Amino acid sequence: MTELDNAREIASRNRERVGGVLRALREIVAAQGHVGREQEHVVADVFNLSRAEVRGIVSFYHDLKTTPRPPVEVRVCQAEACQAVGSRELTKRIENHLGLRLGEANDAVGLDAVYCLGLCAQGPSMMVNGRPVARADLPDLAEAIPR
Amino acid sequence: MTTVYVPLDTSAVAAGADAAAAAFEAAGVDVVRNGSRGMAWAEPLVEMAAGGARSRGARGEAPPTEGTRLAYRNIAAADVPALIAQGEEHPKCLGKVAEIDYLRDQTRAVFDRAGQDAPLALAKTTVLHDCLGRDPQALIAEIEISGLRGRGGAGFPAHIKWRTVFDTPAEQKYVVCNADEGDSGTFADRLLMEGDPYRLIEGMTIAGLATGATKGYVYLRSEYPIAAGVFQAALDHAYRERLLGADILGSSRAFDLDLFIGAGAYICGEETSLLESLEGKRGEIRAKPPVPAVSGLFGQPTLVHNAISVAAVPAIMQRGGDWYASLGLGRSTGTMAFQLAGNIQRGGLVEVPFGITLDELVHGYGGGTRSGRPVRTVQIGGPLGAYLKPAEFGTKLTYEDMAGLGAGIGHGGIVVFDDSVDLARQARYAFAFCELESCGKCTPCRLGAVRGKETVDALLRARAEGRATEQNLTIIEDLCEVMETASLCQMGGMTPIPVTSAMERFPEDFQP
Repeated sequence: MTELDNAREIASRNRERVGGVLRALREIVAAQGHVGREQEHVVADVFNLSRAEVRGIVSFYHDLKTTPRPPVEVRVCQAEACQAVGSRELTKRIENHLGLRLGEANDAVGLDAVYCLGLCAQGPSMMVNGRPVARADLPDLAEAIPR
Repeated sequence: MTTVYVPLDTSAVAAGADAAAAAFEAAGVDVVRNGSRGMAWAEPLVEMAAGGARSRGARGEAPPTEGTRLAYRNIAAADVPALIAQGEEHPKCLGKVAEIDYLRDQTRAVFDRAGQDAPLALAKTTVLHDCLGRDPQALIAEIEISGLRGRGGAGFPAHIKWRTVFDTPAEQKYVVCNADEGDSGTFADRLLMEGDPYRLIEGMTIAGLATGATKGYVYLRSEYPIAAGVFQAALDHAYRERLLGADILGSSRAFDLDLFIGAGAYICGEETSLLESLEGKRGEIRAKPPVPAVSGLFGQPTLVHNAISVAAVPAIMQRGGDWYASLGLGRSTGTMAFQLAGNIQRGGLVEVPFGITLDELVHGYGGGTRSGRPVRTVQIGGPLGAYLKPAEFGTKLTYEDMAGLGAGIGHGGIVVFDDSVDLARQARYAFAFCELESCGKCTPCRLGAVRGKETVDALLRARAEGRATEQNLTIIEDLCEVMETASLCQMGGMTPIPVTSAMERFPEDFQP
């Protein structure tokens, strides 16, 4: 099944559900890593929305990525509870280590900000490929990122 | 056979609980993955029957009641062999669960079961059966007697919402649970959904029975994947046990409940934005009135409640509104799930009656800063909450006393900072966060946040170069006034609170 067929199948399956458009877009991102323009058009078609409406939804939500994602995603919490225990310094160390700034990606790794993982008593925290890490530091990246 | 309890909660998993659980299994010990007790500082907090794993095989032995299990703090996989061999002699043993001061001194109405057993093994109902036989008006009256107020931040009396939904005629009514817990310093919704999901399911069902809503949705943020997994499993199980669906426990009463995952937008914690998002749209806020209780999801009467408000309902129905109202202080009745976060030695969830002081929480439960340096400020109530001074920590935590300080309790998050904090930088962050998360619908919020951030940047430059900052401060004060009075919702309306509270209480940080 092509990615567009897959997107159509996902959209059709969510068509009658409450919040179906957003459910479908989330599912497409989960399955394909991002939602491209063509996928947006498929969703617009299935839900009988204009392409602009779907674009509007996609552009609103941080999770709905519109470009392909690298295999490893690192999200470092930037919110107050983590700031109080050195998240700004940790972020700098990670940026230097990876050679990326927050919001940037290379072929192997994407580095992003996240605003709270609910680990506010155990900061600084981050999430590496969906795995939460408390009291995070550089060594926690080692196993996820092949050097 | 002795069993060990290793939490499956995010706070435990993030600290290595999966590896610890695997090590116990490899050693031949039965492992139960329970929820967290809320002692985040001790996670992974492992529990085991007294006598250690050596006592297994004692057939016919009564299972130790959960309170008499021994607790061990911060257990890594490497600690497991010694823990099994030494039992309560192990240096990380904290003694019996029920006797740990951090837990013993709490009054738990919402989190009383969390951590006792695997989330799906906990009692599925406490009072649902009774509530099915009670008149909706009686259920609403019970909530009114309890004095329950919304735990999401606004503190609005719950019974008024319940009665409004009940009184508004409609073909379809809804109950929506707001678990879009985006405030930094808060994790109570997550802890509940990972540790005791049935509490929330039961509360939602009772709210549906009382208001006449037959459909409910739990809106959960996407940053909580473990909570999503546990809650969905509990939902599936509840349907199989006929706790949900067209014929609840054979009563022919109906309530359907569905989980909806957000897509990374702080503003969706605002109730009208949440409803837009739940309808599948951009999470742009709606102007109020009409309030959701009159016109909410798809324009129908909708009871929107924070997860902790809903989860208080079963205890209120079981023990009575009178009992709940007897806890707390004045019009701040019942218990509040405070969450100690940031630079704190013993951070975690502390559910106690309203009226406790910040001192008791930060220094008593929390043990002061993790860094060992003096506490300089706490921010209470999330990114839209005030920064307070230690001199104010003796104030009782009630809605009214906090309002007297120009602060709020919000969702109960308390973020502690030591004396290395720069409050001008925190003020900049408040604007920057608002810029990032503003839905863009109203101008004061959309543009005010950007101009605010730029002005604090100018102030920071002036400060660094030893120039006067008065002009910048005047502009910031003006901007804050506009945002506070003219924004459509609390995002823009309350972003000035952290900024002005920092400027008023820590003026030295804004001067060269």
